[in-house]
Amino acid sequence: MSILVFADHHDGKFPKSSFEAVSYAAGIAKALGTDVVALTTSNLSGDGGLGKAGANKVLVHNTNSTDSQQLTRLVLAAAHAASADIIIFSHEITGKMVAPRVAAKLDAGYVPGATALPDMSDGFSVNKNVFSGKAIATIEVSSSKKVISVLPNSIGLTQDGSDATVETFAADLGSAGLKVRTVKKEVKDGIPLPEADIVVSAGRGMKGPENWGPVEELAKLLGAATACSRPVADIGWRPHHEHVGQTGVAIRPNLYIAIGISGAIQHLAGVNGSKTIVVINTDQEAPFFKAADYGIVGDAFEVLPKLIEAAKAYNANK
Amino acid sequence: MKILVCISKTPDTTSKIAFTDGNTKFDENGVQYIVNPYDEWYALVRALEIKESLGTGLVAIITVGGADNEPIIRKALAIGADEAVRVDSSDNDSLFVATQIAAYAKSGNFDAVFCGKETINYNGSAVGGMVAELLDWPYISLASKLTLEGNVAVVEREFPGGEEVVEATAPFVLSAAKGLAEQRIPNMRGIMAARTKPLQVIAPVEANTHTKIKLYTLPPAKGACKFIPADQAGDLIRLLHEEAKVI
Ligand SMILES: Cc1cc2nc3c(=O)[nH]c(=O)nc-3n(C[C@H](O)[C@H](O)[C@H](O)COP(=O)(O)OP(=O)(O)OC[C@H]3O[C@@H](n4cnc5c(N)ncnc54)[C@H](O)[C@@H]3O)c2cc1C
Ligand SMILES: Nc1ncnc2c1ncn2[C@@H]1O[C@H](COP(=O)(O)O)[C@@H](O)[C@H]1O
Repeated sequence: MSILVFADHHDGKFPKSSFEAVSYAAGIAKALGTDVVALTTSNLSGDGGLGKAGANKVLVHNTNSTDSQQLTRLVLAAAHAASADIIIFSHEITGKMVAPRVAAKLDAGYVPGATALPDMSDGFSVNKNVFSGKAIATIEVSSSKKVISVLPNSIGLTQDGSDATVETFAADLGSAGLKVRTVKKEVKDGIPLPEADIVVSAGRGMKGPENWGPVEELAKLLGAATACSRPVADIGWRPHHEHVGQTGVAIRPNLYIAIGISGAIQHLAGVNGSKTIVVINTDQEAPFFKAADYGIVGDAFEVLPKLIEAAKAYNANK
Repeated sequence: MKILVCISKTPDTTSKIAFTDGNTKFDENGVQYIVNPYDEWYALVRALEIKESLGTGLVAIITVGGADNEPIIRKALAIGADEAVRVDSSDNDSLFVATQIAAYAKSGNFDAVFCGKETINYNGSAVGGMVAELLDWPYISLASKLTLEGNVAVVEREFPGGEEVVEATAPFVLSAAKGLAEQRIPNMRGIMAARTKPLQVIAPVEANTHTKIKLYTLPPAKGACKFIPADQAGDLIRLLHEEAKVI
């Protein structure tokens, strides 16, 4: 028996969430005294760093398929080969597509978006966020086969593993139900929002799209991604993929800086998992301050230049 | 085209989240329920638009749950769905729910199943993929645009850092994300018509449940916010580095 983890990659590179999924698998494997087998569709050099994150063996099946039916067949074949009863994904676009399929096929209990390692002292239970981060549910899984997807940025990384053995893995993927027509990369040199450790976000308080210059400059200086509130995306000041909140992207960065955003409950639902929250708002009664770790009551147009100056000085001394 | 739209009930987004019975049950006291926004605004409305543009077809809605779901079912009918089915069960394990939906989609010869990206109370993103697997259909997740070319669905979907256009031939399962359609407010005629539209209640097919919520906890309360005077805003950068250690 071993623990199987699907390590998703973007253009051949593993995002942090994939290392987290491998570390999560390693945490379970350690408790059960077993091994971690990682599965990837990327052509690796060495073990791609997956060994350090906790994998003992890496199975490589080189394909550029992103079709959920084909990837499901691949994962099922690998689970069979590794005789794995527990299969781990990251709760990201690919995991959200493939993990439920795998669970349905195996008649397995599925925990989407786990935020902690399972508690195996009495049965098998796993915590996940519910009510868009406003509460945590402890989910008891009673089936022998289990599928878990790990919520990005919610568990620590294992760094002490050693090199994994790498094997190519052959499997019949069958035909693809989904065909890709075109792919358009939107962020060319920027950081994709869901993967960013730091996010600088702005709302209607910025008054108009022409005022986003300093927001982008601060983000760049901090190595951050940019985000926005929903009305800002709806009126077209910013692209839709920047919209965070209950009905947009849910993010959990280490640092979230909210500028000119009131902090409506639906906005908070998408950002309340952030480790540190900074709020900049002219209105000291803005609800966002209740969720903030640091607050500045002031006009963004005056505060931002000061932050940019300080960030430049900080970068110069780094 | 016959489209089955999966509708689930969720507390209104402004509801107070609290628990009872030793933190094992959601406290419904004073809570207003709504149709899960992704199901209503995007999945249902896009299904209706497709039927309207083709001038033929059927939009049915399905809900797995108890009689307390009927108000949200009527709401979805008022927006324009033709008929509704409720699978009478109190079970909400994702695979149990998906098994019910898949069985109905199959027996009703549907061409497509639309669901929401996720429920905003369970945040699973699970049911759609499971339905697709149980039916052995393609799964188009996180669709933000959908057009039909005959029986081929052409869909735009966003992924971290970009978007792609994909296609799949019916039958397929689709999960709806923001952008797929615009919210519709039901009018008086719709509300009146909804009262007499067919709502069938059926018994669940046999299915396993493997997961159960054992306990709820609230996240630890935030400490007090530390305020930095606006004229010393630059000091924030130092605090983020030295104190919060996030840069
Ligand atoms: C079902 C539902 C789902 C929703 N989903 C989302 C979602 O996913 N994401 C989301 O963001 N919203 C969502 N909303 C909308 C949400 O309720 C709020 O309306 C929205 O978040 C407000 O955006 P805002 O803070 O940018 O604008 P406003 O509420 O208008 O706030 C602007 C803020 O800027 C401040 N300000 C003004 N001038 C300045 C200045 N010069 N410097 C600094 N501060 C200034 C003001 O004091 C104010 O606090 C949803 C609503 C509903 C009903
Ligand atoms: N009880 C239910 N009845 C009908 N559809 C549901 C139910 N639960 C979830 N769904 C559908 O599945 C989608 C994803 O739900 P979830 O996997 O819980 O995030 C929802 O947006 C609905 O479209």
